Amino acid sequence: MHAVGTAGPRIDGMEQTMGRTKYTDDMTLPGMLIGRLARSTQAHARIISIDTSAAEALDGVKAVLVGTDLPITYGILPVSQDETALAVGKVRHVGEPIAAVAAIDAETAERAVDLIKATYEPLDTVASIDGALLEDRDLIHGEGKGLNVHRTAALEFGDVDEGLASADHIREDVFYFAGNTHAALELHAALATAEPGGRVTLWSSTQVPHYVHRTLAKVLEMPAGQIRVVAAPVGGGFGGKTDPFSHEIVAAKLAMVTGRPVKFTLTREEVFYAHRGRHPVLMWVKTGFDTEGRITACHFKTFLEGGAFGSYGAASLYYTGALQTSTYQIPNYRFEGVRVFTNKPPCGPKRGHGTPQPRFALECQLDKAAEDLGIDPVAIRLINAVEPNSMTVNHLRITSCALSECIERVAEASGFKEKFENLPAGKGVGIAVGAYMCGAGLPIYFNEMPQSEVQIKVDRGGGVTVFSMATDIGQGSTTMLATVVAEVLGLEPSDIAMVTADTDLTPVDLGSYSSRVTFMGGNAALEAGTAVKDRVFAAVADKLGAPIESLVAQNGRIEDAEEPDTGVSWAEAVALAIASGGPLIESGSYRAPKLAGPYKGAGVGISPAYSYSAAVVEVDCDPDTGIVTVDKVWLAHDIGQSINPLLVEGQIEGGVYMGLGEALFEADDFRGALHRGPSLLDYKMPTSLDMPPVEAILIDSDDPEGPFGAKEVGQGPLLPVIPAVANAIWNALGIRMDQTPFTPDKIVAALRDVARGKPGRFGPKEVPAFEFPPLIMVEPPEGFPTGRIHIEVGVS
Amino acid sequence: MTESILRLTVNGALHTVVTSSHRTLLEVLRKDLDMTGTKHGCDLGECGACTVLVDSKPMLSCITLASQVEGREITTIEGLSDGPFPDELQTAFSELGAAQCGYCTPGMILSSRSLLDTNPDPTTDDINEALAGNLCRCTGYVAIISAVHLAATRTLGRAE
Repeated sequence: MHAVGTAGPRIDGMEQTMGRTKYTDDMTLPGMLIGRLARSTQAHARIISIDTSAAEALDGVKAVLVGTDLPITYGILPVSQDETALAVGKVRHVGEPIAAVAAIDAETAERAVDLIKATYEPLDTVASIDGALLEDRDLIHGEGKGLNVHRTAALEFGDVDEGLASADHIREDVFYFAGNTHAALELHAALATAEPGGRVTLWSSTQVPHYVHRTLAKVLEMPAGQIRVVAAPVGGGFGGKTDPFSHEIVAAKLAMVTGRPVKFTLTREEVFYAHRGRHPVLMWVKTGFDTEGRITACHFKTFLEGGAFGSYGAASLYYTGALQTSTYQIPNYRFEGVRVFTNKPPCGPKRGHGTPQPRFALECQLDKAAEDLGIDPVAIRLINAVEPNSMTVNHLRITSCALSECIERVAEASGFKEKFENLPAGKGVGIAVGAYMCGAGLPIYFNEMPQSEVQIKVDRGGGVTVFSMATDIGQGSTTMLATVVAEVLGLEPSDIAMVTADTDLTPVDLGSYSSRVTFMGGNAALEAGTAVKDRVFAAVADKLGAPIESLVAQNGRIEDAEEPDTGVSWAEAVALAIASGGPLIESGSYRAPKLAGPYKGAGVGISPAYSYSAAVVEVDCDPDTGIVTVDKVWLAHDIGQSINPLLVEGQIEGGVYMGLGEALFEADDFRGALHRGPSLLDYKMPTSLDMPPVEAILIDSDDPEGPFGAKEVGQGPLLPVIPAVANAIWNALGIRMDQTPFTPDKIVAALRDVARGKPGRFGPKEVPAFEFPPLIMVEPPEGFPTGRIHIEVGVS
Repeated sequence: MTESILRLTVNGALHTVVTSSHRTLLEVLRKDLDMTGTKHGCDLGECGACTVLVDSKPMLSCITLASQVEGREITTIEGLSDGPFPDELQTAFSELGAAQCGYCTPGMILSSRSLLDTNPDPTTDDINEALAGNLCRCTGYVAIISAVHLAATRTLGRAE
C-alpha cells in the first residue's frame, strides 16, 4: 500500500494554517441580517406572555419569531421529539430560546432581544437526580406532578444471582461522574437563505447535515428536496454539534420570512446552554470474582441526569450499560438504568457517548478488586480480557480484538510493574482499558438504506472528485476518504478533489458521530473507488491486450505488473474508459451487517467492529495542596490498520487530553439549576502547561470488515484515561477517587479522612431507592462465549 | 451609535475604516475588512482564538478596541505568509497535524511567531508558557509543540 498507512498531512492542512478555511461564521452574503435569540431567565415556568412589540418597533429589526411560529416538535431521536425551536407554553431550563430576532446588524438585534419581555409563572425547579425522583414535583414534560423519569432500562443476561453466589469475593461500589461539556473552540453558527422560488439553503457548523436536513423538512413543513443543508468545515465537534439546534431552524425560518440571508452565531455563554454534553451519572456496581480475579457476575445500575430534553438520552441510557462486556468476559450481567429530566441544559453525546462514565466505574472497581485479591492490576485485566472472534453475554459480536496486546504493550512501555511497586509516596501509576464502536450498527432512523454512500466522478483529464456527505469536524474524515480512493486508484491523496457534507451535491453519509466515518464511509469509498478502477482496468486491458488480473494502479499509471513499460498514464487510462463506456461516474455504499441481539435495547452497543485501548498514567501528587500533575501517559490503541498514522496519533493525543481534562478539571457546576460559570474562564480545561507527553502505541489487528482493516480512533482512546488517573492517584496517595473531577479539594478531603483513621475515599455513598421495571431476561448467545461468529467480508 | 474613522495598518497596508467607535479589533478585522482568518471563540479574552500581532506582540483582538491600535503594525494570519509562500510555522503546523479542526490555529501560529521572533530556539517549557493563553480542544497541544520546534529548527538551518 502506498497511500494507506502513510503518515501525511491533511489535504486541507495549508488552507487551515494560512487562515483560509471558511467556517460558517466566516461567511457573509449580500443583504445578510444578523439573528439573535432571547432566552429564558427561568429554570422551569409556564410562559404567561411574551411581548415582542417594542422589539418589532425598533428601527432595523426585520422580523421577530416566538414559539408558536414554529410549533412542530423535533429531536434527534424519533422516540424523543420533545423540543421546539422556541419555547411553547413553558420553559424548561435557564437559557432555553424563547424568541428570535433578525435585524440589520448585531447591535440592533441585541437591543431588540433586550426589549422582549416575557412573564412567567414559576413551576417547581428540579435540579438533581434525587429531586427528579421525588413524586411531588411538577413534571418537566407532561402535566401535573410526579417522577421526572425520562427512560428506564432493565436487562439481565445469564444468571447474576447464581454468578454472585459462586463468587469468592464480591465488591459493591458507588461512583459519580460529573457532567462536562465539549467546548469546541468554534461557536455554533448557522447561515440561511431562502430563494424566491422557495428553496432554502442552510450552512451550519453541524456534525450531522443529514439529520439537520430531516429536521428542517419536518419543522418547516417543506419537502426535503426544497432544502439544502451544507456543513461548513466544523471548528471542533466532539458530539456537541450532533443534534439539530434551535438557531438552525430559526435562521431558516427568518430567511423565509424576511427574504434575506440570516446568520446566527451563538455566544460562548449560549453554547453552554445549547450543551448536549456529558451526562452526570451516578453508578452502583456489584461484581463477583473468583480467587484468581475472574469476573463471575456483574450488576450495574446507572442514574443519568439528562437535563431538560431527550436529545440522544434514550440511547445514552443504554450506552451506560452496553459496552462493559466488550472488554471483559462477564458471564452473567444485569443492567438497570434510569435517565431523569432536570431543569438544566440538555445533556447528550460527548466523545465516548455514555460509555466513559461506566468505564470509569468498572475500571476503578477492578483496581480495587485486584488490591483485595492481591493480584496486580495488569494481571486482573488480562485474565478477564475478551478474546477475538467471540460473543459477549449481551450479544455483541467481537471480531478483531487486540485488547490483551494493548494491555501488555502499554504496561511494558511504561514500566508499569516496576513503577507500581517502587515509586515513592506521592508518585504513582494507574492502568485502565476501554473499547469503542466503529459506528453504531443501526442508523438513528431504522431503515434498509445504506449508512454511507460515496460517489466518484472522474474528469476527462484524469481529475478525480469524491462526493460524500461525511463531515470533517477536525478528525480528518475528508483526508481519510481521499486516501482510501487514492490507494485504490494508484494516486496520491492530494490528487483527489473532495466535495463533502452538502445535501444537494453529495450522497448520504449519516454524519460524524459514533466513530462511524472511517469504517462506514471508508468502506463506501473503497467500493466506489474499486468500481472506478474496474472500469479503467477493463479499458486498459483491452488496449494493452493484457489480462485484467495482471494490471496494477501505481504511481499515477495503470501498468501490467509483468511489463511495467507498456502501461498508460492515469489520464490516458481514464480517457480509454470514458471512450469505451461513457461517463466515468461510479458509486459505492456501506450497510452494517445485522447484528442486534434478540431483546429491546439490543440496537445500542452493536457495531461491525470495536477498537480497543489501554492506558497507563503516571502522576505526581502534592499531598499538601491536593494538586495532581500528570507526568506522562502511555496509550496503546488497536486501530486495525491506520489509514493515516499521523491523524490517528492526533486523535489519540486529543482523546488523552480530553480525558485528562475530565479527570482533573472539567465539570459543569450549577447553583441550583443555574450554571455557575458558562465561560471558558470558569470552565477549567487543560492548557499547554497542563498537558504531559503522550506515548502512542498503534497496534494493527487488521479488522476483517474494516476498509483495509481499519477501525476507529476518534473516541476510544479517551475511555481508559480517566480511570487510569484515578488508579494512579490510588497508587500515589492510597486514596480512592470515586467521583470526577479529581480536584485538589477532593484529594485533600480524602487525605484528611485517612489522617482521621477513616477510609481514604471521595465519592457518593449510596444511590437513590428507585424501583426499576421488571428485568427482561435474555439468554446468552448460542454457544456463548465463542458463539457463531459470522464475518461479512466486503459488506456493502 | 457614534461612528469614527479609523486608520489601521494591517499586514503592511493602510486601511481607512468608517465604523462604530466601540467596535473591537476582532469585529473590524472580520466585519469591516473581511479578514476572517482571525477567529471568534469567546469575546472575553479567554480562549486566544482571536490572537493577532500588534507590533509583533500577541494581543487578544476580541478585548482590544480597534481605536486603541491606530498607528501600530497589526499582523493577522493572512499577513503572516508572503503571498503564496507560507511562514515556516504554517508549513510545520500542516505537516505535523498540529491543526485538526483548525479553529485555534491562526491564533496559535501568531503566538508562536511572536515567541520565535524573540526566542528563536525555545525549549518545550518556553513553548508551553508562550501558548498557555491559546486553548486547543483537538490536539492536546502535542503536535503543536512539535510543530513550533520544527519551524524553529528549520529557521535556524539545523538538521531536523
